[in-house]
Amino acid sequence: MKRITTSTILIATLAVSACTNPGRFGGEDGTYVGSAAPVNTGIVPGSANDPASTAYFQQAIGDRVLFEVDQSNLTATGRTTLDGQATWLLTNSDYQAVIEGHADEQGTREYNLALGERRANAAREYLVSKGVPASRLRVVSYGKERPIEVCSNEACYANNRRAVTVLAGGLTS
Amino acid sequence: MSVRFTLKCLAAAVAIFGFQAAAAMAQQGPLRIEITEGVIEPLPFAVPSFQPESAEAGQMANDLARVVSDDLTGTGLFREIPASAFISTVSDFNAPVQYADWKAINAQALVTGAVNVQGNNLTVKFRLYDVFSGAELGSGLQFSGTTDGWRRMAHKVADAVYSRITGEGGYFDSRVVYVSETGPKDARKKRLAVMDYDGANVQYLTDSGSIVLAPRFSPTGDRVLYTSYETGFPRIYVLDVGSVQRRVLESADGTMSFAPRFSPSGQTVVFSISQGGNTDIYSMDIASGQSVRLTNTPAIETAPSYSPDGGRVVFESDRSGTQQLYIMPATGGEATRISFGEGRYGTPVWSPRGDLIAFTKQNKGRFHIGVMRTDGSEERLLTASFLDEGPTWAPNGRVLMFARETQGASGSSTLYSVDVSGRNLRPVRTPEGGSDPSWSPLQK
Repeated sequence: MKRITTSTILIATLAVSACTNPGRFGGEDGTYVGSAAPVNTGIVPGSANDPASTAYFQQAIGDRVLFEVDQSNLTATGRTTLDGQATWLLTNSDYQAVIEGHADEQGTREYNLALGERRANAAREYLVSKGVPASRLRVVSYGKERPIEVCSNEACYANNRRAVTVLAGGLTS
Repeated sequence: MSVRFTLKCLAAAVAIFGFQAAAAMAQQGPLRIEITEGVIEPLPFAVPSFQPESAEAGQMANDLARVVSDDLTGTGLFREIPASAFISTVSDFNAPVQYADWKAINAQALVTGAVNVQGNNLTVKFRLYDVFSGAELGSGLQFSGTTDGWRRMAHKVADAVYSRITGEGGYFDSRVVYVSETGPKDARKKRLAVMDYDGANVQYLTDSGSIVLAPRFSPTGDRVLYTSYETGFPRIYVLDVGSVQRRVLESADGTMSFAPRFSPSGQTVVFSISQGGNTDIYSMDIASGQSVRLTNTPAIETAPSYSPDGGRVVFESDRSGTQQLYIMPATGGEATRISFGEGRYGTPVWSPRGDLIAFTKQNKGRFHIGVMRTDGSEERLLTASFLDEGPTWAPNGRVLMFARETQGASGSSTLYSVDVSGRNLRPVRTPEGGSDPSWSPLQK
């Protein structure tokens, strides 16, 4: 007589109280053309016209840099954007930032996590080389988990291979 | 606040019953499927509805026979003969079988069963007959438990039938932990779920408030390792499936940790840490939190998986310039590259038999699930699509499950299984989309 061991499996769902802000993944309109000369009167603090605002950083400075397929080297355009970010971060020293690295869907999950981290780190190292204190900059990778464009061709992939500098802290946020 | 579901699984006593048990056990009849790589003709079998032995057992007798039949048919190795073709019926579990009637419809195997339900208690008996030899194959078995574990009892019957005819271990009485997915690609919601191998009895283990990735069963199926973004950064958690208690594994601030898998002992986890643009592989003693660095190169090293004896680890690295597969001692040290074909190789998983490595391959814009021997020889691609990824082995090493994502704005992810021969590709029906499956061992 054999005996099969008794087993009881308790399954429960966990209510994890974490909140996700969809905008954090770069849902802003990337086609915005920045205004170099904000109007002197009637600036709404925190609006895109306020040079110390998160909105200004995202839209006028540019909060993201893009990468070639399977690459984490910064492009010339990317370095120009990061020059602007460094200047802004040095001026607005109340802000911290998390640099979010992303990959397109053409790759395995784990590899893309690591690739996104390489990309975010490349942006971070560049900002640090321009004088932004390393202690203000963290990195995280979402791999291929959070594309901003959903088509499966290069037009979308090019915008998904990105490192986005997401501000935290500051007076207006 | 948490919502709790309880699934009581069967507490089963197995009794070998019937006469001539010892003699029947030793029998090796001609009813046998040799599983080879060649094309096989599915073996025709008949499963008449099981005999109800109590007034309450009627529905369950039908349901049990249905699941046994589905399990066997689902392997692609067996073909069910429909009841409409039957010449004789089985009206008494203990009556002699009319072999001629089953031979006449070419049923090579006959499975009979009887079901007794008393309140919440369920007893299932079955016998397997080799019709053309005119003899019982193996002895009858009896499983007892509670009615809510009825599917497990059906899977145990099917495992015994499969095992006796193929000579391989079964895999039907097993579970799969995976990521359940809803929503579009740019706002996908993910939560951990566990299900029976066939997609039944889905239970959710987390909510979808944070991204969760790549759950992995422990060697005894009692715990799950997974990666969650609930702190905002990827961290590895270990979850006890019974109590649903979980805790985060030790990690240093400013790092990401992911891609965990248990060692065969269940005491160690091998995983990746990313820091400063570099990803390496570490192992950690789960109880003490002590970790050891196993790789130390500027390359991306991730997706580690232990050999069944725990002595080696297969992993992916792009140290050569592209993702390739390597094997190193479980304590670290020199790694040997095993993949040399065209394209890129990732997510290697060691077969529970130890003989093969399953992997994801990317080549010319297509994704494949494939297998190779542990020295890299005899590579075979089992699937091809826009995006196939992340294989996991059935406990007997005969079947792989993986996720297939479809392309475009409306793309979604579905679990599939495929025989290690490349035959019998089929979707696994889940209530929502699915990805990152991990197969449990056979349940006890």
